[in-house]
Amino acid sequence: MNEKFENICRVKNNSATDLNLIPVYTYSEFSDLALNLLTKKENHCVNYFASPYKNGLRFIASIADDTAGDIILLSHFLASSEPKQLNSLTPKITALHIFEREIFENYGIAFKDHPWLKPVRFPHDRFDRNLKVNDYPFYKINSHELHEVGVGPVHAGIIEPGHFRFICNGENVLHLEIQLGWQHRGVEALILEKKQLLQRVILSESIAGDTAVGHSLAFAQLIESLGDIKISGQLMVERAIALELERIAIHVGDIAALCTDISYGLGANIFAILRTGIINYTQSWCGNRLGKGMIRPGGINLPFTNEHKKRLLEVLTKFEFQFVELAHRTYKLSSVQNRFDDIGTVNEDLIRSIGAVGMAARMANLNRDIRSSHPFAGYIQFPIEPVILPKGDVFSRFLLRRKEIKRSIAWIRNILANANFDTPSEKPVNEIVLKPDSFAISLTEGWRGEICHCALTDDTGNMIFYKIKDPSMHNWKALELSLRNLEISDFPINNKSYNLSYCGYDL
Amino acid sequence: MLDEIKIIIHNGKQFITDPKNVQLPEPFRGRPEISTVKVDENKLVELCPVSAISANPVRIDLGKCTFCGECAFRFPEKITFTTDYKLSTNIPEHLIVKEGENIPVEIDREAIRPEIKNIFKNSFKLRQVSAGGDNSAEFELNACGNANFDIGRYGIEFVASPRHADGILVTGPITENMAEAVEIAWKAVPEPKVFILCGTDAISGGIFAGSKAINREFLNRIKVDLYIPGNPPHPLNIENGLLDLIGR
Ligand code: SF4
Repeated sequence: MNEKFENICRVKNNSATDLNLIPVYTYSEFSDLALNLLTKKENHCVNYFASPYKNGLRFIASIADDTAGDIILLSHFLASSEPKQLNSLTPKITALHIFEREIFENYGIAFKDHPWLKPVRFPHDRFDRNLKVNDYPFYKINSHELHEVGVGPVHAGIIEPGHFRFICNGENVLHLEIQLGWQHRGVEALILEKKQLLQRVILSESIAGDTAVGHSLAFAQLIESLGDIKISGQLMVERAIALELERIAIHVGDIAALCTDISYGLGANIFAILRTGIINYTQSWCGNRLGKGMIRPGGINLPFTNEHKKRLLEVLTKFEFQFVELAHRTYKLSSVQNRFDDIGTVNEDLIRSIGAVGMAARMANLNRDIRSSHPFAGYIQFPIEPVILPKGDVFSRFLLRRKEIKRSIAWIRNILANANFDTPSEKPVNEIVLKPDSFAISLTEGWRGEICHCALTDDTGNMIFYKIKDPSMHNWKALELSLRNLEISDFPINNKSYNLSYCGYDL
Repeated sequence: MLDEIKIIIHNGKQFITDPKNVQLPEPFRGRPEISTVKVDENKLVELCPVSAISANPVRIDLGKCTFCGECAFRFPEKITFTTDYKLSTNIPEHLIVKEGENIPVEIDREAIRPEIKNIFKNSFKLRQVSAGGDNSAEFELNACGNANFDIGRYGIEFVASPRHADGILVTGPITENMAEAVEIAWKAVPEPKVFILCGTDAISGGIFAGSKAINREFLNRIKVDLYIPGNPPHPLNIENGLLDLIGR
């Protein structure tokens, strides 16, 4: 075992690696290594995918070591002449369940002993085209006492589609299963098909529109590492400011949404208005309320200037005063606490086992925050401490947002006090030549959590594979588990408390 | 109670008094204008990520445009984006902005079916269906209902069931996996009913046009009553489009 660890390939976030440097193990060596690594608390798998390569499939796993700030790369190969079957690692490391499911769905690889080998998103290029989105194999209980409740794909309200299937005993939910895929637009395939850099970055902005900055930043960083493009420290800081504004805006909107669901009108209305101030600021900077057009590879079209800095300080001061005043009132109301406290609890062990990331991890005592463990953009120069809460219930998710907003504001203020923007940052690059035969990985921390983009190039520098992971890939499972043994009427507040992405998951 | 009153006072008046006349700040990208200056039109056509630009004379199709602004960044003498947020229309040809003709995008009042004006003027309920939307148009549709934009004051509301609705508003390029659900939702709305495409993705597929994962066949069989361009459309654009449609 030890000698295997010695030639292990460790890379940093936002790096491009020569494919030949990624060790190719036999599947049994790969399994031993992966399981060994993933039983250590500091490690978690940020991506594990398969891609067509020569006459077979190449599987690459990226395991983040949060203590060392490294990403460990392992791979194995399955020739098309071999049987399409592998032993599942999920029985030992639950968090791998979703990656194995995805590989199963895309290439028909049967993972033996996988407890839940079901479709993920019914992509257009799936292995089994005969299986349709309406044929999802839901878990069933043959019982006269229990009943099922099915909701969706179209829900009540302005919201994306998904199907939720509850198995209930009276009002109590025993089991919730969430089926997604309705939003699948084929983003990964389109990123390869569309060759223009601008087309690709616009696609990345459209992975999840509420995380336009988070995803386009991962794309831009990935392309920059593949194209060996260095950007200025100032641009890195600007990007991180944009990302924090996205976090503040969506968090405060979610606080409003949670207030709506418990009929706390004052909070519902005023928190929503507070969001307007932040997204209007983003619009006054980049032209779009959701930050589309902000992030471009190599530069920025509308750089952050001292004028922007001055206005941002004004906006934040006004926002903070009103936010703090209202939050102070809202969070101590007994009617609010009563409704959120001890509801939908998932503990740290459970959250860790399913591989939850970002907010869904931090609200249950699990420290997962790429900004501090694998810093990128402005967080390299200006570190940020994650907010961690112990309990894992709806109230924790409600409170985490409040605390993260305060921390983000403090972090931005610190930068504005220390950095000046006298000379505008560099302009975007329109064409980038990519390194051949490389694997690149970029991690960012969007407001939901860890975003991971990976790409592979061939010997001419053509991009031949693109893999996107939204934090929702892991975190939908947390919502399912939160509902166990709750009343079905507690579903809305739990759903809002996570606010997971449908389109980010479906791609 | 006193605390609540203080909070309300500190927030002040928030609603937009007249959504028809708001000055949005630059660099908001609303209706583009195209000058008659000569530029390398091939280059201009080529740079557009969604083939929204055509040459001779230069035109931009707002139904395809993602409002990325790239054409204006690279050819500022040719293309400028105004802050005019009113981009919605019932006539596809009105979505085409032409060189030298810098006119507002308008609804053709005559072309609106009489039952829309007669029945929905004071109460207009829509069922929104997201079919591959990236949650940005959905985000702005939700914003229409908040205290700033307050579309509810005009009797416009998004309802939970198609059975309660006067029409369907679709966001997203219509994925293959949602195609059937869109049609079922449409059929569930009682007559007379209205069909609206909201956002560039919905109108043309946007950046997803040509994807093998989308299926827009349903649109060949239906008459569209309103196009609301944008990526995503600004709430004021949505609000004005809907108000114009019902004649308010
Ligand atoms: S702003 Fe519209 S027309 Fe101009 S390049 Fe972008 S998509 Fe094309």
